[in-house]
Amino acid sequence: MTLTAFETAPLYTGADWDYDKVRRVYDAIENVALEMGLDTYTNQIEVITSEQMLDAYSSIGMPLFYKHWSFGKHFARDEALYRKGQRGLAYEIVINSNPCISYIMEENTMTMQTLVIAHAAFGHNHFFKNNYLFQQWTDADGILDYLSFAKAYISQCEERYGHANVERVLDAAHALMNHGVHRYPRRRGPDLRNEEKRARERLEHAEATFNDLWRTVPTKAGSNSPLSDRDRRRTLLELPEENILYFLEKKAPRLQGWQREILRIVRHVAQYFYPQRQTKVMNEGCATYCHYRILSTLHERGALTDGAWMEAMHSHTNVVFQPEFDDRRYGGINPYALGFAMMQDIERIVTEPTQEDRYWFPDLAGRGDAMGALRDAWANFRDESFILQYLSPALIRKFRLFHVADDARDPEMKVAAIHDERGYRAVRHALARQYDIAWAEADIQIVDVDLVGDRKLMLEHHVMNQILLEEEEARAVMQHLANLWGYEVVLDEVETPGATPLRRINVAPRVVLGGA
Amino acid sequence: MFTIVDRRLNPSGKSLANRQRFLRRAKEQVMRAVRDASAKRGIRDIDMGGDISIAPDGIREPTLRRSSTGGQRDYVVPGNKEFMSGDKIKRPPQGGGSGRGNEGSEDGDGQDEFRFVLSREEFIDLFLEDLELPDLAKRKLAVTDAMDWHRAGYSVAGSPANLNLVRTMRNSLARRIALNRPTGDEIKALRQEIDDLERSGRDRERLEQARLELAEALKRTQRIPYIDPVDVRYNRFAATPRPAAQAVMFCLMDVSGSMTEHMKDLAKRFYMLLYLFLSRRYKHVDVVFIRHTHRAAEVDEETFFYSAETGGTVVSTALEEMARVIKERYPPGEWNIYAAQASDGDNALSDNTKTALLMTDSILPDCQYYAYLEVGQEGMMPGLPYGGGPRETDLWRTYKQINAGGVLAMRRVTERKEIYPVFRELFAKDKAGQPAEVSA
Repeated sequence: MTLTAFETAPLYTGADWDYDKVRRVYDAIENVALEMGLDTYTNQIEVITSEQMLDAYSSIGMPLFYKHWSFGKHFARDEALYRKGQRGLAYEIVINSNPCISYIMEENTMTMQTLVIAHAAFGHNHFFKNNYLFQQWTDADGILDYLSFAKAYISQCEERYGHANVERVLDAAHALMNHGVHRYPRRRGPDLRNEEKRARERLEHAEATFNDLWRTVPTKAGSNSPLSDRDRRRTLLELPEENILYFLEKKAPRLQGWQREILRIVRHVAQYFYPQRQTKVMNEGCATYCHYRILSTLHERGALTDGAWMEAMHSHTNVVFQPEFDDRRYGGINPYALGFAMMQDIERIVTEPTQEDRYWFPDLAGRGDAMGALRDAWANFRDESFILQYLSPALIRKFRLFHVADDARDPEMKVAAIHDERGYRAVRHALARQYDIAWAEADIQIVDVDLVGDRKLMLEHHVMNQILLEEEEARAVMQHLANLWGYEVVLDEVETPGATPLRRINVAPRVVLGGA
Repeated sequence: MFTIVDRRLNPSGKSLANRQRFLRRAKEQVMRAVRDASAKRGIRDIDMGGDISIAPDGIREPTLRRSSTGGQRDYVVPGNKEFMSGDKIKRPPQGGGSGRGNEGSEDGDGQDEFRFVLSREEFIDLFLEDLELPDLAKRKLAVTDAMDWHRAGYSVAGSPANLNLVRTMRNSLARRIALNRPTGDEIKALRQEIDDLERSGRDRERLEQARLELAEALKRTQRIPYIDPVDVRYNRFAATPRPAAQAVMFCLMDVSGSMTEHMKDLAKRFYMLLYLFLSRRYKHVDVVFIRHTHRAAEVDEETFFYSAETGGTVVSTALEEMARVIKERYPPGEWNIYAAQASDGDNALSDNTKTALLMTDSILPDCQYYAYLEVGQEGMMPGLPYGGGPRETDLWRTYKQINAGGVLAMRRVTERKEIYPVFRELFAKDKAGQPAEVSA
C-alpha cells in the first residue's frame, strides 16, 4: 500500500451523485492512478439510464451497432431476467476506444460511480492501452468511426436489397463469427480508420475497370487447368485457411460485392473482440485490482467516508466471490475472483515473499516494486500464459484447486492432481490450458476446394481428445456456410490431418445467397 | 482531462428496431405462444402484455462448438475438501457437464424455452391477428350514453354566443387590407389637409385633388364594410361519445354435456373480444359468469370454462339468475349492461315461452346489447344451424321471434376465424352518433 497517508476531507457524503461530485472524485482517482503509474486513454464518462444499459448490453456493449434481430433477442432476454431480478445489470460497460468510453448508470449511488470510474475508466482503460494483444489487434482510434460506417453501410444494404436478404447474410456471418479472426499476425493490423475509404476505393476500382467484353472471351474447353493439381491449387488459394469468413469474402464465387462487405464487417468486429476473449481473467483482474487499490488509498487518506468504503467493499466482495464446485451457485471459475486474487498474489510475492515464492518465482520474489511487476504482467501476457507464469502454489492452496480428468471411456472421473507438492504444476498447467483459446475452441480449417470441378468446399476439424463437434449446431453452421459458398460443403472431423474422418458432415446449399 | 456526457436524454428505445426484427423473425412461434397464452389466460387478463415462452428453433444462433459429452476432458475446479490425487469420482448426472458450464449455463443459451415479455400493444396486436382481425382501433364505437363537447375549430354558422371575435376580426382585417379599404386615420389625415388648405387658401390644385381623394375614400368605406358576413366565425364544438364510467358484462353459457371444449373455446374467444372492446371504452368493467344446465349459478371464471356438468338444459334459469344479479348489484341507471350468451341452441321445449317472456320483459330492456352466439362443432358448415341440418334450434327460433329493436343480436359460429367477423358485425352497428368531421 502506498504510505503517503494524509488527512483530507471526504470527497462526498451521502448516496446521491451529481456532476460536481463526479468531477471531484475523478480528479482524486486520477491522482492515485498516476501514482500507481497507470497509463490510460483520455476518458469519456457517459451517464445513461438502465434501459440504455440494457441496450448497450445486448449489442455487445457497443454504443452504436448495426441492426440485427439477435440483438433484439438478447435485449429481450436480458430485460426479462433483469425485471424479474434474476440478474442485476452490469455495473459498467467500458469500450476499448480512444477516448475510452465508460458508462455509469444514473440509478447508481455516488459510491458505485466512484467504484465504476476507478474500475473501468482506469483499470480497464489501462489494460486496453497497454496489453500487447490489444495493441496488436485492435485500433482504439478507429473503432467508433468504423462501427458508424458499418451501421450506415448495413442499413443502406437493407434499403437496397431488402431486410430479408441482408438478414440472411448476417445470420450466416454471425454463425461463422468465431472463425473470422486471424489468430496470428501476418500483416499489419487492420487500420479501421481507412477501412471505409478502402471499401469505397475497391468499389470504384471495380466499376472503373469493368469491361463486359471479358465475359465473352472464350475459354479453352477441356484443357488441363493448372488448378487441377491439388497442391498447386492449395498454394494458389493460400490453403489451409482457418479464417473462414476471410476466405469466403475473398474467394466465394457467387457472392455479390455488398455481401462480401458485410462478411468483412462481421469479421472486423470479431477480430476486434478477439483479444477480449483471450484476456478475461487478466482484464477483470487488472480492473478489480485497480479499483480496490485506488479506493483503499482514497479511504486511507480520508477522501472516502467509512460508509462509502463499506458500501464499495460490499460490491467488491460480491464481485470477487468464488463459489466452490459443490455449491449450487457454482458456474465455473469467476474471472474476477481469479484475476483479483492473482494480482494481489503478485503484489504479495513482490513485497513479502515466502521461501516457497523465492523458489517458484526467483525473478519476482522480493523485487519490491509491485506496480511495476503488475504493469509488466498486464502488458505482456494473455490469460493462458499469465496463469502459466504467475499462478502460485499459495493461490492454488487458497482456492483449493484440483484437477479432474474425465475420460468418457472410463466409468468414473479421476482426480489427476490436487493442491499438493506434486500437483501444483499439473494444476497450473491444466488451468492455463482451460484458458487457451486454441484449446477451448474447435480447430477448423478450410483445406481444399475443387474450383474447376464441382466446387465442393472441404473443411477439417482437427479433433482433440476425441471431442467431436455438437452435431446439430455444426450442421446448422455448415448450412449457413454452404449458402454463402453457393456449392456443397463437407466438414470432416479427423484426429490427424488426412486420416479417415471420424464423422463427416455434408451439406448442400439450400438458399444460395449470392447468384443473380 | 476527461469529459462527462449525459446520454440519458438520448432517444430511448434504441433497441426497438432490433426488437421488431426479432419479433418478425420469431413471428410464427410468438403467434403460437400468444394463442396458447390467451387460451390459458383469464378473460380479464387478455389485454395485458406478459411473458411469452417460445421454442428456440428459428431464433437459434448456431456456432461451431465442441460437444459437451464424450472424449477426454480436463477440469480445474475450486473447493477441494477431501480428494487426494488418484481418487475416483462418480460422474455427475447428465454426463460431462461437471463443473464446466462457465459459459452461460444460467441463461441456458439456446437450450431452454426462451422467455421474453411482450408489451400490451404487441400482445393485443398478435392476439387480434390470430383471430384474423384488421386493426381494431379503426372500428367505430357503438352508442354510449353521454356526449362530451369540446372545441373543434371554427365554423361559419352558429349561435351569437359562440361568436369568435378574434378570428372574426382577423378575417375582417385581412379582407379590408386586401380590398384596400381606407382606414380612419387616412380619412382623418385627408380631412385635416383639406381643412388646412381651405383655411390658408393656397395651393388650390392640391385642395381640389384632396377633395377628390376624400370622396373616393368615403365611397370605398361605404362599399367595403368594416365587418362582412364572410368574416364571421363561430366557435365550433364537436361531440364525442363519453364512455360511461362502468360497464358490466354478463357471460352466459350452457355447460351441459353437449357443449364441447371446442365450443367453449369459441365462446371464450368471443368473451375475450367483448371484454377487450368494453375495457377500451369503460374505465371499469365487471364480468359476471353465469353457467347453467337445468339450474343456473354465478361462478368464477375457472369453473365457468373448465368444469363440465350434466343435466337438462333450461335457458330461463340463466336469465333469471342474470336478472337477480342485475337487481342486486348492477342498477341499470348506473351501469351499462352487456350480455353475451353462448349456447349450442338446445333448450327444453317447455322452457321456450318462459325464456322469450323473460327476455322481452326484464333482460332486454336493461341491456345495452345482448349478443347471442350459437356455437357449433368444428368443421360444420358455417352459418347453418346447429347440427348442420336445415332445422333451426329451439333457442334460435325462440329468440328470432322476439322483437328487440336492435338490442338483441344473433349469430352462429363454428370456427375460430369466424369469431372476429361476427363480432364486428355485432358491434359495428353505430351509424347515428358519429362525430362530425372537423373543419377550419
